[in-house]
Amino acid sequence: MMHTDTAPPGTAPVFHQEEDHHPENGTLLGFWIYLMSDCLIFAVLFATYGVLGRSYAAGPSPSDLFELPLVALNTAMLLFSSITYGFAMLEMDKGNQPMTQRWLAITGLFGAAFIAIELYEFAHLIHEGAGPTRSAFLSSFFALVGTHGLHVTFGLVWLATLMVQVHQRGLIPENRRRLMCLSMFWHFLDVIWIGVFTFVYLMGVLQ
Amino acid sequence: MSAADSAHHGDGHGHHEASHGSFRGYVTGFVLSVILTAIPFALVMARPIDSALWTGLVVMAFAVVQIVVHMVYFLHMNTSSEGGWTVLALIFTIVLVVITLTGSLWVMHHLNTNMMPLAPGDVLHRHP
Repeated sequence: MMHTDTAPPGTAPVFHQEEDHHPENGTLLGFWIYLMSDCLIFAVLFATYGVLGRSYAAGPSPSDLFELPLVALNTAMLLFSSITYGFAMLEMDKGNQPMTQRWLAITGLFGAAFIAIELYEFAHLIHEGAGPTRSAFLSSFFALVGTHGLHVTFGLVWLATLMVQVHQRGLIPENRRRLMCLSMFWHFLDVIWIGVFTFVYLMGVLQ
Repeated sequence: MSAADSAHHGDGHGHHEASHGSFRGYVTGFVLSVILTAIPFALVMARPIDSALWTGLVVMAFAVVQIVVHMVYFLHMNTSSEGGWTVLALIFTIVLVVITLTGSLWVMHHLNTNMMPLAPGDVLHRHP
C-alpha cells in the first residue's frame, strides 16, 4: 500500500513506522534463519532414527543399552549450562565484564561435562560391541546423538573464542552481538536435546 | 517479558533490538524445565502408568511443552521480535519438520509392511 494513497492532498507525505523495534542489522535474524536450517538437519536425522530405530539386526535394543540415570545427569548438565549462559547475558546487559566471563566459564564447564559424559557413554557402547556398525538402529542413533554432540563441541570452541575476545576487547557492540548469537545457538541445542532424550532415550527404553 | 520491560531495554541499549530477558524470566524457565524434565524421566523409570502407549503420549506432551518453555524463556521468542520475521521462519520450519517426520515415518512404514511381508519367525516356520 502506497503511503501517498492515504495522505490528504496538499500535505507532505508522512512515513509511518509502526513498529518500535526495527532491526538495525540483520545479524540476529540471519542467525535465527541459520538455526532454523540446522533444525531441518536434525529433523532429517530424527526422521532417519524414527525409520531405522527399531531395526536391531538381532542386536541390542535401546532398553538393553541406555542407562537413564546417566541421560538424566547429561540433561541436567545441559540445562544448567543454559541458565548460566542466561546469567552471563544478564551480566553483559549490565556491562559487568568480570561476571560475564565468570558465568561464561561456568557455562563452558557444564558444556564440557555434557560432552565428557556423552563420550563416556559412546565409548561404553562401542566397548560393549554396540558401535555404529552393529545395526541400523545404532547407526542412526550415533548419527543423531553424535551430530548434537558435535554441535555442542563447536559451541564450546566458539565460547572459548568469545571469552578470549571479550578479554581482549571488552564488551564492545561486536562482542555483544557475537555473544547473543552464541546464546541463541546454545539454547537451541538445549531445545534439540529435549527431542533427543524424549524420542531416543525415554521412548527407546519404553518400548 | 512485559511490554514495559522490552521498552526499558530499548531505551537502555539503543543498538540492541532484541530483549535479553530478565533474571526472573530465566529462573522461571529453568524451574519449569526441571519439572518438565523430571516428570517424564520419573514416568519412564518408575512406570506409575502401566500402559506404554499412554506413558509415551504423556512423555511426548511434556517434551512439546518444554520446547515451548525454552522458546519463550530462553530464546525469547515473541511475535514482535525482528518485525515478526523470526516467528514466520519458525512456523515455516515447523511445517517442514512435521512434513519431514510424518512423511518419512508414514511412507517407510507402508514400504516395510508392503515390501517385507515375511518376518524372520515366518521364514523359520515355513522352512523348518
